Amino acid sequence: MKEIDCFGLSCPIPVVNTKKALKDNPDTLSVLVDNVAAKENVSRFGRAMSYNVSVTEIEGGWKIELKK
Amino acid sequence: MSKEKRNLIIAGVLIGAVSVALVALGNPKNMGFCIACFIRDIAGATKLHSAAVVQYVRPEIIGLVLGAWIISMATGEFKSRGGSSPMLRFIIGAFVMIGALVFLGCPFRMILRLAGGDLNALVALFGFIAGIACGCFFLSRGFSLGRYYKQNSLEGHALPAVNILLLVLLIAVPSVFAFSEKGPGSMHAAILISLAAGLIVGILAQKTRLCMVGGIRDIILVKDYTLIFGFIFIFVAALIGNLITGNFKLGFEGQPVAQTAHLWNFLGMFIVGLGSSMLGGCPLRQLILAGEGNSDSAVAVLGMFTGAAVAHNFKLVGNATENGPNTYGKVAVIAIIIILLAIAAVRTFKEEK
Repeated sequence: MKEIDCFGLSCPIPVVNTKKALKDNPDTLSVLVDNVAAKENVSRFGRAMSYNVSVTEIEGGWKIELKK
Repeated sequence: MSKEKRNLIIAGVLIGAVSVALVALGNPKNMGFCIACFIRDIAGATKLHSAAVVQYVRPEIIGLVLGAWIISMATGEFKSRGGSSPMLRFIIGAFVMIGALVFLGCPFRMILRLAGGDLNALVALFGFIAGIACGCFFLSRGFSLGRYYKQNSLEGHALPAVNILLLVLLIAVPSVFAFSEKGPGSMHAAILISLAAGLIVGILAQKTRLCMVGGIRDIILVKDYTLIFGFIFIFVAALIGNLITGNFKLGFEGQPVAQTAHLWNFLGMFIVGLGSSMLGGCPLRQLILAGEGNSDSAVAVLGMFTGAAVAHNFKLVGNATENGPNTYGKVAVIAIIIILLAIAAVRTFKEEK
């Protein structure tokens, strides 16, 4: 699964990076974020792009998994 | 409707109502809240500038920071972090403040002015949207001020602590400050009412991530219409409130603390839109993030504080009586736009990957 590291990035950068990573329409993508606003925004964006979104807590933040 | 949208609608309505109530209780018209004006008033009260009509320690600002601080600690969201281009954020913060003072209001007050029927704010809204669109051009091409890092917890508590100190001084020894005897600075609700209003709005804004820039930015960037709900419902609630309290007056001329210099209203808010997009949020959002332990936003707030002093000391501000900024102000606006575009271009296209 492709993974992008958005630790230390404030909104809207995590969403912009997620949008870029979804450009070639991958089946899965995981996004690592470390602030709540980014977690909410990336999850919302994933759902808007018709992905199933699951969030798990990891050391220092969250891992957001997007699946077709 | 999603929970986020519903919460933003509730928060927007409450914030609009609180803003109208503050005017009824003493704040200047269409200035229930104005982050730029209020930070500028604090800069005046602490004698960083000597514009006699805009000096007061606005408890709303203190309340906003402390409201976000308290709620973020209660929910475990408080996190000391910083180190993402602090000096650039300081300068951009100062520029945003100068832009806002050329227009005579931050994005928050722009909405409240619109809700009061001030059509000059509509011209400014177009400038604001243009500035955000310009910011989105760079954001979508990779603009970033870089990553922040975890900091010692003291770092994140520093700005809230300064606000507590300001509050204690305001209540215990107000004589250390300069206070306006006339003009907008002399018009204010009682300290505890203003403080409570700030706390309420600070908590709501922290919980909902309300941001005047974010609403428009998310539409342009990713067609996400969530955050704009806050913006719209502040407007609706304040409009209804103004109609009820008789503070609605449609037109360009004779609006409270406003000027009809369309070009400069447009360009002033263009700066605010572009600069705030680069900072990641409007002046209100910077205060909230600073309360959550984000020292980059705290530095941006200090930049705004300094920018307010610069704007008044060098007479760059918009002027209701002479209808628009003087030559210095006009030159400053053009120079700031060029510098902001240069910073954005360098951070977008010359960044090491």
